[in-house]
Amino acid sequence: MNLTLKIWRQNGSSDRGRMVTYEVQDVSPDMSFLEMLDVLNERLTLEGDDPVAFDHDCREGICGMCGMVINGVAHGEQRATTTCQLHMRHFEDGATVTIEPWRAAPFPVVKDLVVDRSSFDRIIQAGGFISVPAGSAPDAHAVPVPKDDADAAFDAATCIGCGACVAACPNGSASLFTAAKITHLGLLPQGQPERAARAKAMVEQMDAEGFGGCTNTGECTAVCPKGIPLDAIARMNADYLKTASK
Amino acid sequence: MDRAPAAPVRRRPRGFYGSSNGKKAVMAVTGAVLVLFLVGHMLGNLKVFLGADSFNHYAEWLRTVGSPALPNRTLLTIAEIGLTVAVVLHMWSAVSLARRAAKARPVKYAARVKPQAGGYATRTMRYGGVIILLFVIWHLLDLTFGVVNPKGGEAMPYDRVVAGFAPDRWWVTVFYVVALAMVGLHLRHGMWSALQTLGLAHRYKALKTASTVISAVLVAGFVAVPLAVMIGVVK
Ligand code: HEM
Ligand code: FES
Repeated sequence: MNLTLKIWRQNGSSDRGRMVTYEVQDVSPDMSFLEMLDVLNERLTLEGDDPVAFDHDCREGICGMCGMVINGVAHGEQRATTTCQLHMRHFEDGATVTIEPWRAAPFPVVKDLVVDRSSFDRIIQAGGFISVPAGSAPDAHAVPVPKDDADAAFDAATCIGCGACVAACPNGSASLFTAAKITHLGLLPQGQPERAARAKAMVEQMDAEGFGGCTNTGECTAVCPKGIPLDAIARMNADYLKTASK
Repeated sequence: MDRAPAAPVRRRPRGFYGSSNGKKAVMAVTGAVLVLFLVGHMLGNLKVFLGADSFNHYAEWLRTVGSPALPNRTLLTIAEIGLTVAVVLHMWSAVSLARRAAKARPVKYAARVKPQAGGYATRTMRYGGVIILLFVIWHLLDLTFGVVNPKGGEAMPYDRVVAGFAPDRWWVTVFYVVALAMVGLHLRHGMWSALQTLGLAHRYKALKTASTVISAVLVAGFVAVPLAVMIGVVK
């Protein structure tokens, strides 16, 4: 199949950037979206052009690096799918595909489609951890965890920190990401001692980074490659309000 | 490739209301106060269908409730002040969060963003809120102060309603219906959203259905009055 790509090109953070149109030929429907970009980049390299910079690592949907907005949708229109797991068979031959980086002030563009997501790291540093005394690992059954809590905590823990929630949110809010971490730790017994302080610190860091506020649009959940549900945000709000009222 | 600039770290939010979650919580609580007001207001309006005496008597009761223990209008004034404070806080928070959101996405997407969660009502919240506000201003001038009412502020409440929505003033009714449609959309999202903001939301399907049904009942109850005046059922 042949495609017309409109790709955001920006040569470093001080460049203004622009959309550039490319044609790619002979794309196999079995290729992943990233492999299709590899084909383009190979040609650009041979022609002496600068290849399109994009983030990727595992290419198996678990690292969260490969963020890009495809035709106005984070990771493309296929639900619960990272860009590396999106296959070209979902596109029509001859289609025009627009590819842009995540757009948010706390995610500055490094180059082309690559953005700096350190703001997420700083939210984690603010409280997305548990302080445990180091030592030998406790027996697996030493701390009982109710099955439902374990399942819900695990679902939240599947967040790969890709940033699609921010990219899709009309307010540029990082609530789903932050809430996933707060839910994952706050549901487990080990997370209880720091639960209140954690919610407060992480929510404040989210604001300090310049993310927008949540208006419960649900766009984040809809594009989340891991399908983190909205009730994570309700839990974050509840934890935050509990500390704030003290 | 040069290094990305450090993310624009803003001033740390100060205090509860300084945080976006705090502002949202204020919005949810003030919104809930306004919803309770709307329910009461709608039920009161429906007294129009019981005739002029019943409606005027109800309006009189609002003024005299609590007397003789309290001077006339005491409770009414308290309610008016409370509602004004709620509206101001609600809007202040809305504007401040909207500005935050605009700053969080300085560069827009080139492709038309396709909403993935449906949520038409969600996208009407901000401009719909402004339409509701303009309507509330007109509505107070018309039926509370009588400034733009053909009968003026001295007439009995029932007569003001009948004159305000008279068939030759059809545009008043049209504005009323449009504004109420915006209220309906606002609350369709707003009611479950408020519970979510306060961390109380569970069972989203049921919550959203309840929000939709309550909004629809409210809109129907409000719209019934001017429509009845317009077609001459209430005169
Ligand atoms: C009859 C008057 C009004 C009622 C009953 C009402 C009610 C509500 C409720 C219950 C919420 C949900 C709070 C939350 O999401 O946590 C809300 C949100 C909101 N309201 Fe209002 N409101 C009214 C008037 C206004 C006005 C005049 C404005 C604008 C100036 C406005 C703008 C907003 C905005 C922007 C939101 C947030 C939207 C979102 O959460 O997605 N509202 N409102
Ligand atoms: S490259 Fe790792 S999730 Fe896509």
